[in-house]
Amino acid sequence: MNEAFFDKKDYKPLDRVDGRLKVTGAAKYSAEYVLPNMSYAVLVGSTIAKGTIESIDSKAAERAPGVLAVISHLNAIKLPSYQSKGEHPSEPSTKGQPLRVFFDNKIYSNDQPIVAVVATSFEKARHAATLVKVQYNKEQHQTDLEANAEKAVLPASGKKNPKSPTADYDRGQIDAFANAPVKFEAEYVLPTEVHNPMELQSITAHWEADDKLTVYDKVQGTKMTQKNFAKEWNLPEENVKCIATFVGGAFGNGLHNWPHETAAIIAAKQVKRPVKLVLTREQMFTMVGYRPRTWQKIQMGATKDGKLVAINHQSIGQTSTYEEFTESTLQQTRMMYASPNVSTRYRILPLNLATPIWMRGPGEATGAFGLESAMDEVAHSIDMDPVDFRLLNYTESDPDKNMPWSTKYLRECYDEGKKRIGWENRKMQPGSVRDGEWLVGYGMGTGTFGANRNSATVHAELDKEGNLVMHCAITDIGPGTGTAMVQIASNTTGIPTEKIAFHLGNSEFPNAGLQGGSSTVNSVGPAVLAACNALKEQLITMAAAKGNAAFASAKPDDVMFDKAEIQLGGKSAKLTLGDLLKQNNIEKIETTNESKPDENRNKYSMNAFSMHFAKVHVHPFTGQVRVKKIVCCADAGTIVSPKTAASQMIGGATGGIGMALTEDAVMDHRFGRYVTKDLADYHVPVHADVPEIDVYFVNKPDLLADPVGSKGLGEIAIIGVAPAIANAVFNATGKRIRELPITPDKLI
Amino acid sequence: MDKNQANNRPEKEDHHESRRDFLKTSSILTAIAVAPVAVAKAAEHNLGEKISAAFETTPVNMTVNGVKKQLNVEPRSTLLDTLREQLDLTGTKKGCDYGQCGACTVHVNGQRVLSCLSLTVMHEGQEVTTIEGLAKGEELHPMQQAFIKHDGFQCGYCTPGQIMSAVACINEGHANNEADIKEFMSGNICRCGAYPNIVKAIQEVKNGGQKS
Repeated sequence: MNEAFFDKKDYKPLDRVDGRLKVTGAAKYSAEYVLPNMSYAVLVGSTIAKGTIESIDSKAAERAPGVLAVISHLNAIKLPSYQSKGEHPSEPSTKGQPLRVFFDNKIYSNDQPIVAVVATSFEKARHAATLVKVQYNKEQHQTDLEANAEKAVLPASGKKNPKSPTADYDRGQIDAFANAPVKFEAEYVLPTEVHNPMELQSITAHWEADDKLTVYDKVQGTKMTQKNFAKEWNLPEENVKCIATFVGGAFGNGLHNWPHETAAIIAAKQVKRPVKLVLTREQMFTMVGYRPRTWQKIQMGATKDGKLVAINHQSIGQTSTYEEFTESTLQQTRMMYASPNVSTRYRILPLNLATPIWMRGPGEATGAFGLESAMDEVAHSIDMDPVDFRLLNYTESDPDKNMPWSTKYLRECYDEGKKRIGWENRKMQPGSVRDGEWLVGYGMGTGTFGANRNSATVHAELDKEGNLVMHCAITDIGPGTGTAMVQIASNTTGIPTEKIAFHLGNSEFPNAGLQGGSSTVNSVGPAVLAACNALKEQLITMAAAKGNAAFASAKPDDVMFDKAEIQLGGKSAKLTLGDLLKQNNIEKIETTNESKPDENRNKYSMNAFSMHFAKVHVHPFTGQVRVKKIVCCADAGTIVSPKTAASQMIGGATGGIGMALTEDAVMDHRFGRYVTKDLADYHVPVHADVPEIDVYFVNKPDLLADPVGSKGLGEIAIIGVAPAIANAVFNATGKRIRELPITPDKLI
Repeated sequence: MDKNQANNRPEKEDHHESRRDFLKTSSILTAIAVAPVAVAKAAEHNLGEKISAAFETTPVNMTVNGVKKQLNVEPRSTLLDTLREQLDLTGTKKGCDYGQCGACTVHVNGQRVLSCLSLTVMHEGQEVTTIEGLAKGEELHPMQQAFIKHDGFQCGYCTPGQIMSAVACINEGHANNEADIKEFMSGNICRCGAYPNIVKAIQEVKNGGQKS
């Protein structure tokens, strides 16, 4: 199967195919399209976290120069879908009813969008928005996770499906922990974190006709967006177009259609002009999701020689009062280590906050902070090297699903990572290595994420000059999807990469799912393969029909192109593409192919794995932590595009540094409002924070997972990084920080 | 921006004249401010837009990417919004609007400036270079080439700001070693985390002898 793809291991890593557009400023993001008669919307958010709007005084705003409309629940047109009781306006990625913007006077969270001011320029809209005066009936809000922990509930997904990662889970004996020779118990807290992609969430909404909507929208799924807005406005899907050619980062916050998008579409309808709406950086904290603050408790039992006996892991994550957001926080606890007895309890707590959404690595990254910290703590308590402790409890098959792994090369990650970080320089005794006045520490953390795959369809056409052009609705939020697909097509066909184009980010293109859950190469890659092979089959058939006997028995894998020449394996037969198409009187050949997950998914447990090693310096007097080096090792199956894949790993490690050391959306519970609500106060890593990041890929295909052999990379790049750093800080200082981020005050 | 850069800024001959022009324009604005009712009424009567626009805007002459531009902008318009919304130079990005992220970095008279913290009217007579003006026609600037070669970006949104900052960083003499580059590039945030690759790109251009 697909031999040609892997035979060509020595191919030169491809530069990003959209690189030139990005370095010249020519790449157009969703607020950068020029439309006639453009207008600008600015949102006003509520200043209370719970209650109702008593009144809105919009007179001054309406009178302000250039203002076209001031829209709120008092005068907004009601969406068709708002009327149906209990039905949510759009298909949510979370359970429940997404916020119906401008529907009624209810306030569910602080900075909930309640008014849109639309004007002829951005400056005019922004000014007029300051003139809107709102009176509220305030009610007592709850935003504090720890203070309300006893109100946490089992989510609907866990109640309904006992196999869900959110359901209560027990393997083996429930009292195993109580009887374990070595008992360890601790609580861990991960604060609320915010995606904060560099591009502010933006939408340009354009009603091209009364029943025809085009949105240039910052989303991770063009088809999702098309479906949602079609449903929301009761339109046929083909009347709604979503364009997201370039997406300026997202990290998960584009996996949901948010109220500001609907607000812009309502505004465009009411002012009968295209409306551009760009959130402010503050609004990025309150209107487009976040990684929910999560409390965890772990009990870990082991024998004195390091065999795990029991793991009990519980967690409580926050959600809004109107949507049940869940994530797989405890999934890896069930399958990562060979403990015969495992219990997990996942709960969510509805608070007067906006709905969270998956943020890179989602729940697995949260859970890994607890699990991988606890592994380090237990290893230390029995005086065992933390890598040896993990190897001793290595699983050769999935103990949760009771299935063999499709592939698992995590041992190679441990071995290679140890070498590259210089693990031999680590001392078991914390605080015993110094470099000048700095304390030196080494730590590690493991990550895993499901090798997800969705169905995807690609249209491909090949012209007589040998140009291959493909289309697919998938988005690219930064990993380099177009680049990877061009690489797959080139390796499959032999066509040089510069003659291949992959167009994406448009709902009018063939179907693809979301760019999320590390599923893109695993899903769209196989569709590219299928389309390339279908083109080859057409050519073989045409060649054989025209009397080229050598082609009669040829298979797609035998055929490769070199420039415009078609060659059979071994170059026993050649003909030019141009001649063949000319003989058949056609300009080009085309095909549309769908690729779907197969039955292997019922027989194997499919996961990507990662191993992160960190070396840190901690200043003994100031508590300053400097990450000196990170080694990222990934078992992600085939690495299709080595250059962009390495960048993705580096980016994940960088996100992990933020998670470990700086990122914290601090809530002032008196108001239910964030204190750290911009990039000066909410600290993401900057140049000076990021050291050398060394990336190693096992690069062995997993052909059970999908025909490309890829297992996905985006999530495992960050899962396990934060605990690796926390464990390194412990090794440096002997101080165990169980609530992230590890700020200097916690170390001195 | 550090103090050295400000001190290095060449004082232009027409600098004071520009300021006088600005003051003159400002006094017209003051006159409008004391008669807001008339303006508001004009707006209400939808004569509105054009008349009030004429009162609300002030002329600015700038050279943008080598092309002289005569603009009429509101005094409150930032250089960033003027570039993006009036001149359709959307390569300059809005990432925060508070000078915290660096995505909006452009060159003004050869110095890097955060265009979101800078009012357009402050740039009378000045030369603005954006990412669109960095390449020489089809030939990319060496920094642009190096960013592609070293994969110094992912989503591409912070990239124009990173590149404009990177070019300035070398010109300022702040790219002599890795630590310096990291320090003097730390005003440009990349959430995708392309930092090590960006540093490599800058080092390569620096070592390749970028002068200006």
